[in-house]
Amino acid sequence: MGSFRRDKDEEEDGPTNIYQNLEKTSVLQETRTFNETPVNARKCIHILTKILYLINQGEQLAAREATDCFFAMTKLFQSKDVVLRRMVYLGIKELSSIAEDVIIVTSSLTKDMTGKEDLYRAAAIRALCSITDHTMLQAVERYMKQCIVDKNAAVSCAALVSSLRLATTAGDVVKRWANEAQEALNSDNIMVQYHALGLLYHIRKSDRLAVSKLVNKLTRSSMKSPYAVCMLIRIACKLIEEEDIPSEELSDSPLFTFIESCLRHKSEMVIYEAAHAIVNLKNTNPRVLSPAFSILQLFCSSPKATLRFAAVRTLNKVAMTHPAAVTTCNLDLEGLITDSNRSVATLAITTLLKTGAESSVERLMKQISSFVAEISDEFKIVVVQAICALCTKYPRKHTVLMNFLSGMLREEGGLEYKTSIVDTIITIIEENADAKESGLSHLCEFIEDCEHVSLAVRILHLLGKEGPFAATPSKYIRFIYNRVILESPIVRAAAVTALSQFGASCPALLSNILVLLGRCQMDPDDEVRDRATYYLSILNSEKPELYKNYIIERENCSLALLEKALSDHLNGELNSRFDISIVPKAAIVKEEISNDMMLITNTPRVPKITREEESAARLALLPGIQVLGPIHRTTAPIQLTESETEYTVQCIKHIFAQHVVFQFDCLNTLSEQFLENVRVDLTLPEGYTTRAVIQCPKLAYNELQTTFVIVEFPPDAASSVASFGATLRFVVKDCDPVTGEPDSDEGYNDEYMLEDLEITVADQIQKTKKNNFQVAWDAADSEEWLQAEDTFVLSAVSTLQDAVNSIVKILGLGAANLSEKVPEGTHLHTLLCSGNFRGGAEVLVRAKLALSEGVTLNLTVRSTDQDVAELITAAIG
Amino acid sequence: MDGFMMDIIKGMCIMDNDGNRILAKYYDKNILSTLKEQKAFEKNLFNKTHRSNTEIIMLDGLTCVYKSNVDLFFYVMGSAYENELILLSVLNCLYDSISLILKKNVEKRLVLESLEIIMLAFDEICDGGIILDADPSSVVKRVDLRNDDIPIAEQTVAQVLQSAREQLKWSILK
Repeated sequence: MGSFRRDKDEEEDGPTNIYQNLEKTSVLQETRTFNETPVNARKCIHILTKILYLINQGEQLAAREATDCFFAMTKLFQSKDVVLRRMVYLGIKELSSIAEDVIIVTSSLTKDMTGKEDLYRAAAIRALCSITDHTMLQAVERYMKQCIVDKNAAVSCAALVSSLRLATTAGDVVKRWANEAQEALNSDNIMVQYHALGLLYHIRKSDRLAVSKLVNKLTRSSMKSPYAVCMLIRIACKLIEEEDIPSEELSDSPLFTFIESCLRHKSEMVIYEAAHAIVNLKNTNPRVLSPAFSILQLFCSSPKATLRFAAVRTLNKVAMTHPAAVTTCNLDLEGLITDSNRSVATLAITTLLKTGAESSVERLMKQISSFVAEISDEFKIVVVQAICALCTKYPRKHTVLMNFLSGMLREEGGLEYKTSIVDTIITIIEENADAKESGLSHLCEFIEDCEHVSLAVRILHLLGKEGPFAATPSKYIRFIYNRVILESPIVRAAAVTALSQFGASCPALLSNILVLLGRCQMDPDDEVRDRATYYLSILNSEKPELYKNYIIERENCSLALLEKALSDHLNGELNSRFDISIVPKAAIVKEEISNDMMLITNTPRVPKITREEESAARLALLPGIQVLGPIHRTTAPIQLTESETEYTVQCIKHIFAQHVVFQFDCLNTLSEQFLENVRVDLTLPEGYTTRAVIQCPKLAYNELQTTFVIVEFPPDAASSVASFGATLRFVVKDCDPVTGEPDSDEGYNDEYMLEDLEITVADQIQKTKKNNFQVAWDAADSEEWLQAEDTFVLSAVSTLQDAVNSIVKILGLGAANLSEKVPEGTHLHTLLCSGNFRGGAEVLVRAKLALSEGVTLNLTVRSTDQDVAELITAAIG
Repeated sequence: MDGFMMDIIKGMCIMDNDGNRILAKYYDKNILSTLKEQKAFEKNLFNKTHRSNTEIIMLDGLTCVYKSNVDLFFYVMGSAYENELILLSVLNCLYDSISLILKKNVEKRLVLESLEIIMLAFDEICDGGIILDADPSSVVKRVDLRNDDIPIAEQTVAQVLQSAREQLKWSILK
């Protein structure tokens, strides 16, 4: 019996093994068979299949091997076997990117493409286009045009799709095929229609009028291809968004009427596309939304998983923009929580969490806990993110949510999942002072048994930062010191640092900490010992200012800019010492909060860079920029023109210690004009001097180019707040809208008024975040620091929160100790914030606010520079 | 990418029931461009899908619709913003075409036996991310060009035995 079974297995496996264990070199050897005459089609097909299989499995061919193989393949054009010929085309396409001299088959392919055999033609066109480049395209252009309008649908499709591919490299040639594409659009074949629409749109997409004409025509004729209708819906949506049709006029727009009519299409694909499009429009009103939402609601109960998925994904995406409408689907969504497709279930629950009311939080959390163990890590992360959003929305529910999160933290899970939970807990701690103690103790428990070094280090850092200011700091020390005994060197080092924070901030605990740190000096690891010794000697010094500068507030330089500053220093004359204080401190980069909870990615996160780091690289290209020193701050872009004018200009201000570099990004939207010597003339206020103007030599239609003006600040900080008049000046040359070539060398000077520019106080300040403001504030009560004080009545604002928001905005400072959030129902509030002025002067601001018929503000500014302190008090008034 | 309206398919893939790639094509240069990423993605995809037959899953920022039969898994991938029903229509076309080519016997052994035709079908359904054809019968008409009568002299002994066994099997089943 056993032997019989084995025989059977071998039999079964036998034929499946033909493609296994193939060896590249031996398969490539077999290509010799291609040279035999007559060609043995069956054998050659098999060899070609093996080669393509190997490539598909990821085998890399060297250029030499690919070229040899390619040339051997060309012999196979002799055979009349249809399958073999088609495999040759496939081989050409696969090898065209690796092999050299692939253009040798052009004539064979052109022959097949124009021949009589329909089975060859379509595939030959696509193979030809994969080897054709811009220069050779002229030669086959005539044939391509014929093929686009060929009556054989496959040929026409192949030609249209290939044209789309070519359009990226040879757009100008493909543009000339618009008439043929237009003709193909009238074809009866649905795929030809679709591809023709794709090509036509691609050709015309930069010309909005033409697109709008195309769409208007097509929306009236009913297209048969559901794919084409879907595409038409997308184009129509894009037009609606661009025209910015207000919501009340939406129903009158023919574009919208078309999309709405698609809700009654017979294909589900189109119905969904239309519903999806409507709910995602920027300007909508409840009347037009309701039919779209009914469709989505209907899909929620479809037997097809894909339909349910599509509907829930869409609802999830718009849950924040149309909460009321999504709530009407809540019943259906709750039904989906137990869906057999976990993706659908998770999307349903996160949608419910997004729209849920405060009262239903408990019930929802209970429902989640019933299935959370079964779902994959990715979806758990989605759930955690939804909970995070919920915490921000309903801070009062933090106990329920925090307990739930700590339960999740105890369960099995990968690093990413655990990281997202820890992130969420940290966010809650930062945003909600009430949740701090319980959050910290949950995290303490977690590091007792945490296998992920990176998380343990992060939590220890957080404990060191927040722990000393908790009600009973001593209880955290046990958790931290346990790490020193039990963990790997990296965690031990982090624990030592955390311990020293307690020593520096809690005088009562100092003697205990000194004993513990003393023990750490015996550690087998160098780094741990070094840190212990370092902190021990600082703590033994008993000098508060040393504590502050070397333990509590160790600010890190922005690494990218430090690297740049150091390399500049090395390239310089080296006769002065490197001054680290001029390197900007690492700023907090705000993460873009995406509304789309859908994206579950495993791709590594792109390292976050600040605007300054980004612009440092860009400005480095300017001649002589090094003399300005390192960059202090880069502002967000400001538009200096209305959108949709002839020229659009936006300005970015790069602030240096003594200079400001205005960067103007200009766009020319006139296709019949070619601009030269583009520059911006500034009317400078008193005290400012222009140092350089860097023109933009050429500005062609639809190209974004940049021109710079470098201006020196006035010597006294007080007059640095000013406004600048700006005019765009350039030489205009008329040009051919199609080619972009100027008609003649003659041009004339012209100018264009821009909106005024301003330099504000906030522009000149880089915000910092003090971990413990009070310590810094007290330390600033010394002789090097200067103080300015003033009292104002703010009549423009009516609530404390508004006042706080506007102060932070005007001064551009970073708030500390969560003081930017005003608790509800209070009449007194103190805002604490800090920053660095250009040139390096530190700024600390304490703003005491009182609410009584308007807001009264008492502002105290401490700074290392008198001018700066006065400038800041003046900015509020 | 400007062709956002036409480049719909990010990838298509057939795997066996051990998660090994039989055929796979990825069309977007920016997504899964290296073999290592592709293999990792496929492994992940297979692990997530081979036990539950639920038709659709989100993975690594891609929407994947899938279908399995006997010892094969068929996948079509699109961007997370893509109309899922379009992807499904392509998956159905891929599966139905292969089913027609293999005369409804969709299993690994037969797929490998007709691999060249399956490769052609892949190529006829999607060209570099653009849906070329979504009608299985028209796809099959263009790719299944084999001449079924192999001259007996060119058949190997194994093939003769195989066809004899097939015939026997069918005669018993009838």
